Amino acid sequence: MISFRDVTKSFGPKRVLDGFSLDIPEGQTTVLLGYSGTGKSVALKHIVGLLEPDRGEVEVDGKVIERLSRDELVRLRATIGYVFQFAALLDSISVFENVALGLRQQGLTEAAVTEQVRSSLARVGLADAGERYPAELSGGMRKRVGIARAIALEPRYILYDEPTTGLDPVTSALIDRLMVRTKRDLGVTGVVVTHDLRSAFSVGDRIAMLYEGRVRAVGTVDEIRNTDDPVVRQFIEGRP
Amino acid sequence: MSDRLNPFGIAQIGLVRRTGRWVADASRAVAMPRVWLPLLVVHLRRLGVDSIPIALFLAVFTGIVLALLASYIFTGAVPLYFVGALVAKTVMMELGPVLTGMALAGRVGANIAAELGTMKVTEQVDALETLAVDVHAYLVVPRVVAATLMFPVVTAMAITVGVVSGWITAVNLLDLSTPEFFKGVRQFYQLKDVWFGLVKSASFGCAIALMGALTGLRTQGGAEGVGRATTRAVVLGCEAILVLDAFWALVLL
Repeated sequence: MISFRDVTKSFGPKRVLDGFSLDIPEGQTTVLLGYSGTGKSVALKHIVGLLEPDRGEVEVDGKVIERLSRDELVRLRATIGYVFQFAALLDSISVFENVALGLRQQGLTEAAVTEQVRSSLARVGLADAGERYPAELSGGMRKRVGIARAIALEPRYILYDEPTTGLDPVTSALIDRLMVRTKRDLGVTGVVVTHDLRSAFSVGDRIAMLYEGRVRAVGTVDEIRNTDDPVVRQFIEGRP
Repeated sequence: MSDRLNPFGIAQIGLVRRTGRWVADASRAVAMPRVWLPLLVVHLRRLGVDSIPIALFLAVFTGIVLALLASYIFTGAVPLYFVGALVAKTVMMELGPVLTGMALAGRVGANIAAELGTMKVTEQVDALETLAVDVHAYLVVPRVVAATLMFPVVTAMAITVGVVSGWITAVNLLDLSTPEFFKGVRQFYQLKDVWFGLVKSASFGCAIALMGALTGLRTQGGAEGVGRATTRAVVLGCEAILVLDAFWALVLL
């Protein structure tokens, strides 16, 4: 389980997270929903130790991230897949090498790496794209490679940062379907950061709405859809 | 404790912690040759071999100017064959390493800072972290090792070309014969002149690559941040060269 406990994070004078607390249960996909700039991606980065809280704690499987040694953090990261907003593929190496990067750190044989990369790329429908470079791919394909790279390590958790942002509706639906299938086939716990309501309602088991740096409402998709909270209703209905 | 500190205080503590951690991580990464060794050849070529043209271009004109300058200074006071001594000694011990270092601070330091800075702002560095890849072993060490190894090679070439261009200038423009020029070169030559220049250039390469990596990995913001990091890497690289130049002069001369 992933837990945020009263997490506060500021960048300069701007406080992005302000007493943010949330439990993310195993085996489900939890969506962090909210306006731009409410700290959704910042919260996600705390889970893998890319950011450290100014105050509060982030716990994964009972381990407080900020208290882990460098080696413990590296071991924990190997159990968490991270899909970045713009895929964050290394543009100087091929798609195959991008997906193989994390696997090579695990000390696998080259044959095992090749097998795992091929299987991961096939899972996202890009079996033939291994020799291509990131610059030769469309936005949707890059996101799919990002997902392949994340699932190649067979993680227990997958974190998706704005997985459908900037994509056309059909490609967005494709990515949503891929996220649902990944959870079903691999049994991973998912955390999805988005402000795309359609995507949130189609992939989420639970939804947490962030507002002003903390959780404003949390519940199942139906509970959030039918909430009376005026801030959540305004967001769902898209009222200015 | 953070409750009692203002955001500026927290930022300063964070900066000290990050710098200390960066140095520790970079040192630890050297012991991971499995990660950086396969990348070394690429960087030897990119940072070293590709820098040869600019270094040689600089060396040609340095040799010409030195020969003419020496002749101008010595005329009527010192035998003209001293031109060879001054050109060789100055190119080997000072101008070869320092000017090559300065030129490569622009080329190599800027290249590293811009590349790593772009990777930083496009979250490629974060991606490496989440994949449990040691960022310092993967990005910093191969570049620093390549620059440390290749700067002396490039400098040695620049020294050779500088002396040769000084000789050609002396023979063609100063009425100095080849035996006279090399009499001056031989008369004051010591083996130390060469290794002094090459040791300096290795330290310049190491410092320039470190400055480029440090500023690149600290880049914040978008294109503007990358531009700032690149400029800073070049400035810090040039400053490091001057400080190291004085340091080696004090220690080795």
